[in-house]
Amino acid sequence: MFDILIVGSGGAGLSAALEAKKQGAKVAVICQSAPTNAATCMAQGGFNGVIYDDEGDSPSLHVKDTMTSSSSLAIEKNVKDMCEGAKEDIFWLEDIGMPFSRKKDRIAQRKFGAASKDRTAYSQDYTGLKLLHTLYDNCLKEGIAFLDNSFVLELIVEEGTCKGVVLLDIQSGEIKAFESKSVVLATGGYAGIYHGFSTNGIESTGDGLALALKSSAILSDMEFVQFHPTSLKSSSVLVSESARGAGGFLLNQKGERFVEELMTRDEVSRAVFSQMKKNNSVFLDIRHLGSEFINKNLPQEKKLINIHEHIDPSEQLIPISPAAHYSMGGVDVDEDLQTNVQGLFAVGECSNVKVHGANRLGGNSLLEIVHFGRKVAKTSYMYAQKTSLHVELKSYEKKVKKEIDKLLQNEKSDTFFALREELGKELFEKAGIYRDEEGLKSLIHNIENIEARYNKLTISDTNMSYNTWLVSHLKFGNSLSVAKALSLCAIQREESRGAHYRDDFQKPANEALHSYVQMQNSALHVRFLK
Amino acid sequence: MKIDIQGTLYEIPHIEITLLNALVYIRENINPSLKFGYNCKSGVCGSCAVRVNFQETLSCQYKVQDGDKIEPLLRHENVAGLLVDYKKAKQNLQKIQTWLHVRSEKVMGEACEELIEKQSDCILCSSCFSACPVLDVKQSFLGPFALTRAWRYVADVREEEKKSFIEKMQNDGIWDCTLCGECTVACPMGIDPKSDILHLRTKSMQAGFFDPTPQPSFEDDFGFNPNF
Repeated sequence: MFDILIVGSGGAGLSAALEAKKQGAKVAVICQSAPTNAATCMAQGGFNGVIYDDEGDSPSLHVKDTMTSSSSLAIEKNVKDMCEGAKEDIFWLEDIGMPFSRKKDRIAQRKFGAASKDRTAYSQDYTGLKLLHTLYDNCLKEGIAFLDNSFVLELIVEEGTCKGVVLLDIQSGEIKAFESKSVVLATGGYAGIYHGFSTNGIESTGDGLALALKSSAILSDMEFVQFHPTSLKSSSVLVSESARGAGGFLLNQKGERFVEELMTRDEVSRAVFSQMKKNNSVFLDIRHLGSEFINKNLPQEKKLINIHEHIDPSEQLIPISPAAHYSMGGVDVDEDLQTNVQGLFAVGECSNVKVHGANRLGGNSLLEIVHFGRKVAKTSYMYAQKTSLHVELKSYEKKVKKEIDKLLQNEKSDTFFALREELGKELFEKAGIYRDEEGLKSLIHNIENIEARYNKLTISDTNMSYNTWLVSHLKFGNSLSVAKALSLCAIQREESRGAHYRDDFQKPANEALHSYVQMQNSALHVRFLK
Repeated sequence: MKIDIQGTLYEIPHIEITLLNALVYIRENINPSLKFGYNCKSGVCGSCAVRVNFQETLSCQYKVQDGDKIEPLLRHENVAGLLVDYKKAKQNLQKIQTWLHVRSEKVMGEACEELIEKQSDCILCSSCFSACPVLDVKQSFLGPFALTRAWRYVADVREEEKKSFIEKMQNDGIWDCTLCGECTVACPMGIDPKSDILHLRTKSMQAGFFDPTPQPSFEDDFGFNPNF
């Protein structure tokens, strides 16, 4: 019996695990493959926080910038909690070995979009990689239990209370159920459902949100997806905002600048996309930063630009286009990271603790995952200590195994892959940077059509050990649930706010409301509330 | 063009793509049971390392060529398709405790941070472990990435407990490396584990340890006697 079962091994999950162990909780981390494969390793730019008192910055300024970017959809109390806690979080990381880049003896900080001061701490442009590995090394130190190569199929929820999980052991192919006094979803974001048009890894398609939906948890603000303005045109690989923070320009093929480069990501993405709609090509110009600066501060980007675009960014322009990058929406949680389902918590990009609102600031995501990761360990353990339960694990294992067995049929079958391409394209075109009612209606209809075709598919690889086809197939099913929730909320939000832009409703409404979506009687219901 | 994956030939379009995209193409159009590691597509998650023409490489960072021969990493258990089990290799991290033991009072400045910058670029792809020939004769050898990551912490000015840390690498560790440099060639991040191992040897000797391998001497003709 666990006190806390953490689903996901990224920055949020591992921060939670370390704090949970420190509290004395019996904790384990479930991850789909290996812990350091998590999406956190892809974050390039940095970790926001006001560290030093003598640089003219303050947590209240950080709060102000964050609230402004959120277009009134962030909750100031939660933003304050995060921004005021940032210094302690950064020094916690420093004390456990995080190799932040330095400026003399201080942790260096750089400027990011829509930030009034330079407050983004970083590790060259490998901030996420080094953060994840620092946390992982400490998890090894503390002897944190890991359940690797495990894909969660279902949450065990009885009488409105979450009591554990049922998972697929990918190595052996066995279905296993585990009981736990609390479950923390830390499964990451869903920008990857824009397959082919996303900076995300192939696996970042919101599995945790689908699990939550199936268990009657509420998701909020699903329609808010952040598009990063600069991804490499040919591969959607991310080019960090730090390139613009360091002074890079955005130019069209005529060499014209057309936007203030460090506005919020939604504003810059719209400007870039508008250029593309006029059949202009857009480029990022960092030649003037010089090769010494690029080699020292943007080594990863230089390498990726070389591999994917075959150019040297210190000499040539970099072709870019926007791509789905981050999901502000997620499993709705209160300030204690508790969902509406007892015993179920959510943290990190899969959750919506309302600190980003309609548009996230660069550098606030790594801060969020560490800050609230550490917090959820405390709140979930407090809950766990007051809880006792017992679950008939075998009955869940049997039930889920039956469902999986139905999918595995020896006769030849079509695969879901073409449907995944189709969904990605539909989402980028109709729930992308510019949206309207007609497009969203068509999108909702097409998603239902794709789902009907998906439900007819079976899997002819019946070997249960390392059945990657089965896992990817199930993940796509989850993507469909997430895509549906996103589209239903997007069509009903008849305004433009932050990352959600409606061609047919170009102004924000008078009141800033949140969207809430929940599965009720096998159908998704959407409400808008304050 | 044709590529050979563990003995099976696959026909793929003759365009410029990464090996990962080629594997994805094959999986989505020819063989959905083709198994390979992937996630980030950008060389940081460490999940897609394979051998191409006997050389370790990340499939997402390599442009595939006609006639390429693709195999899983060596010296790991090949569990399915191109997938391998990393557990045995990664257990070495716990054996020599690659983490910050005791936080010293020292402040890390620019030069100190640069000292460990390269070594902390390690993505745990296990390419170096696959390339290391010592593992063929000594399964218990700690391997390149564990030692690089150990150096990363030994050299960290914030680590107080250097001596007891260094003690852990004396057996099955730094003295078993042949300095062949295969790990350095294999590393996609440009890390030089051989050099890190040499640094650890220097630090070890400074701490009073020495190479436990029996050294040749006058008594046994320096280990060379053609008349034996």
